[in-house]
Amino acid sequence: MIYLQLFFEFFKTGLFAIGGGLATIPFLNEIAVRTGWFTPEFLGDMIAVAESTPGPIGVNVATYAGFTTAGFFGALLATFGLVLPSYIIILIVGTMLEKFRKNPIVDKAFYGIRPAVVGMIASVALGLIGSALANVDFSSVKEFFLGIDWRCAVMFVAFLFATNKWKKLHPIVFIVIAGALGALLKL
Amino acid sequence: MKILLSLFLTFAKIGAFTFGGGYAMLALMKEELVERKKWCTEEELLDYFALSQCTPGVIAVNCATFVGRQVKGILGGAFATIGVITPSFCIILLIASFLKNFADYPITQHIFGGIRVIVAVLVVNAVIKMGKSAVKDKICLAVAIISCVLSFIFNLSPIWFVLAGAALGLLTKREKKGGDAA
Repeated sequence: MIYLQLFFEFFKTGLFAIGGGLATIPFLNEIAVRTGWFTPEFLGDMIAVAESTPGPIGVNVATYAGFTTAGFFGALLATFGLVLPSYIIILIVGTMLEKFRKNPIVDKAFYGIRPAVVGMIASVALGLIGSALANVDFSSVKEFFLGIDWRCAVMFVAFLFATNKWKKLHPIVFIVIAGALGALLKL
Repeated sequence: MKILLSLFLTFAKIGAFTFGGGYAMLALMKEELVERKKWCTEEELLDYFALSQCTPGVIAVNCATFVGRQVKGILGGAFATIGVITPSFCIILLIASFLKNFADYPITQHIFGGIRVIVAVLVVNAVIKMGKSAVKDKICLAVAIISCVLSFIFNLSPIWFVLAGAALGLLTKREKKGGDAA
């Protein structure tokens, strides 16, 4: 019963992959090796597709793998399986959070957690700047400056200015403009 | 019913324009959920984000469930969750059926070359804005900088940062609530 199997495999992935979409990849690799539904090389292609389409990477990969393995319903069940565990867990955590948010201990914990999370996101921002401007992982400063695409750098500064000057404009407007510019300039 | 539809549509919009994974989504979520719909505060969004990283599953989906649940209970959570995954589900089905080499087309790569730039900008803006509400004193600033440097250099799981932040928060003696405005 391929549908149940798909559901179950992605359910497991959704239950154990902690830390976002990319955390699902080792699990998917293991599924590839064990079930033969797709090859590990194919997984590489899937990641490329998932990275160049909108939406959470984990969901993209589940949909793609489910569809290529068992068609539309395969895609539906794989995606559903991936999302279901976190849906249930978050409902529980959310209820608890609501109850305990006013608790001074919880309040104190979040006082420390929030800046830690901002710091983590800041480091992701640095990585994103590296791959946006120079197509490198920012591993070495020298490599970054040698690899810089000046058109991207100019765009970066211009958008940084524009998004802060015209705050009323929806970010989606800027995303569309940036995509169009990318196509025009062959970035 | 109206609020459920609104949850679905808002999260579908977020899902349709999020490129580059959950972190990029944070910028859009802040705009839609905090500034426009006012369904949660900036601090609540950060808390959800922190918890989403420590619970299993896709970060964006977890955030959607959190916010949907807060707005309209279990059903709200379901509508927000289905909303956030619907666009990618449809797009991936299209690609899997018709455009298997989608990612290899030069035009795709050019467009995404441009989008990568704006995503970096949006995340930088989100960091600055959220930093202002999360960093309330020098201790917070130190925590933020240390966590940024550590997570940049070492590829550590976010769970450690959240746990360390919580421990520091519990150990720190801070002045009474009055300091919150600073």
